[in-house]
Amino acid sequence: MSEPIIKIEQVSYTYREAKRPALQDVSLDIARGSFTALLGHNGSGKSTLAKCLNAILLPSSGRVLVEGMDTADERALLDIRRTVGMVFQNPDNQIVASVVEDDVAFAPENLGVPPAEIRRRVDEALRSVGMYDFRLHAPHLLSGGQKQRIAIAGVLAMQPQCIVLDEPTAMLDPIGRREVLATIETLRREKGITVVLITHHMEECIDADRLIVMSGGRVAMDGTPREVFSRVEELRAEGLTVPETTELLYGLRQSGFPLPLDALHVDECADAIAAILKKDR
Amino acid sequence: MPILKVEDLTHVYSQGTPFEKVAIDHISTEIHAGEVLGIIGHTGSGKSTFIQHLNGLLKPTSGKVLFDGADIHATREATRDVRFQVGLVFQYPEYQLFEETVFKDIAFGPRNMGLSESEIGERVREAAYFADVPEALLESSPLELSGGQKRRVAIAGVIAMLPKVLILDEPTAGLDPAGRESILQRILDYRRETEGTVLLISHSMDDIARVATRLLVFDRGRIAMDGTPAQVFERAEQLKDMGLTVPAATEIALALRRRGIDIPESIYTINYLRKLLVSLGEGDAPC
Repeated sequence: MSEPIIKIEQVSYTYREAKRPALQDVSLDIARGSFTALLGHNGSGKSTLAKCLNAILLPSSGRVLVEGMDTADERALLDIRRTVGMVFQNPDNQIVASVVEDDVAFAPENLGVPPAEIRRRVDEALRSVGMYDFRLHAPHLLSGGQKQRIAIAGVLAMQPQCIVLDEPTAMLDPIGRREVLATIETLRREKGITVVLITHHMEECIDADRLIVMSGGRVAMDGTPREVFSRVEELRAEGLTVPETTELLYGLRQSGFPLPLDALHVDECADAIAAILKKDR
Repeated sequence: MPILKVEDLTHVYSQGTPFEKVAIDHISTEIHAGEVLGIIGHTGSGKSTFIQHLNGLLKPTSGKVLFDGADIHATREATRDVRFQVGLVFQYPEYQLFEETVFKDIAFGPRNMGLSESEIGERVREAAYFADVPEALLESSPLELSGGQKRRVAIAGVIAMLPKVLILDEPTAGLDPAGRESILQRILDYRRETEGTVLLISHSMDDIARVATRLLVFDRGRIAMDGTPAQVFERAEQLKDMGLTVPAATEIALALRRRGIDIPESIYTINYLRKLLVSLGEGDAPC
């Protein structure tokens, strides 16, 4: 087992003039190459935690180590931002240039990467998100899903080890959502990039390696999606829902059907129910 | 008589320029009082252009919109009046709050209607109740509120005009499950108590499936489907071809049918699917 890429050690954070801390004594390790989903209702601390991962916010107490570098160490700031890239909810707020490829080149240009290397990185990043054919287009004329993929390409051009996405699909339609999720999956599989995904959509968490539920600034649950979603009552008590598959299985169990709760995918769920109904006959 | 009638409506953006685009193309439909009409369609299908015609924000390139039987563009007064009768809550309305206090923001519509101070106060309190904005927040600055609270204030601002038709464009986008649930529930309460009409645009098929009495599906500027949720979601393959999804309950029901379980195609809520499966398991087929 290699060293975790990010270590979060007893981190607390309180916003200025806030009465309550947004994060309270959170400790987590993020494994290299893993896909971690963070769930929690509004105000649970999940976005605050995300912003601590690349030094947008510095812990009020405790520390965050990225590849062993303390995020509070100013000399390491550039290296930390190069290691952990962030993608936010609103694609329109993240695009700076009037041509797609200039936008993707923005960060490496600022880091003083040589022009030939920038060209190579921009082309590669745009290919990875499936937007190479749009490299000379104007970003404002693209769809929400396409803009969000451009924002991801901009982060990829920094060649990060880890990408943190804060509700990247919240403002997208179903097609845009599918495009962005497929892009995230490709990055993880083909480039081995560590992914931390913050979301309100239960079904976006189903394929994560690990699902963390935040509540009141603390980690309330931590396990595989199958383990966490099986805890239906606890999730409801947190004001969260479960995937519709689990909802159905849970309801059927209440009615006496001996079904598992962790058949999260539609096909698994249908297999489990069909098996029971056919056995009854 | 329908409360809203749309006759052969067409809208062309940037007509006569190289950027000319037909956004909606010869649409006719009738909307009846008391309906909860769900409007779905992928980005660019014309649904936002359509709703902006219903309260006169956009003028038809050709065709007509009738409110209570009268053309909303017949006179300037009619166009002004329809703004109060057909209330429109845009996407991400929380970015449109601008007053110093929550009270003043919610009061903006009623004040423009020329109501007295006491009527305005009453409207604000009533709207705040429906939108679940606590009384204690009325004197706060909108800037101090959370995202979910701001959204509810913006909705209250439209409800305060007591429109006969309330149109909401993606009212639950970006909210957590508890926030989504609370807004949907409040919209239904509002409709029940005022006997108003509600039009709801949403990408969330599960939300739409739960609340709509009728669905309009937009595709490339036209109404591709019009029917009850059961009638529309039965056509799952066609919806997918239009880049849309179906509710999770419909997906699961289709997967069960493929496995030889005899259930109807027109299932769109988990609750109904559960009841159906329970009765199948007990051996008495319900249909």
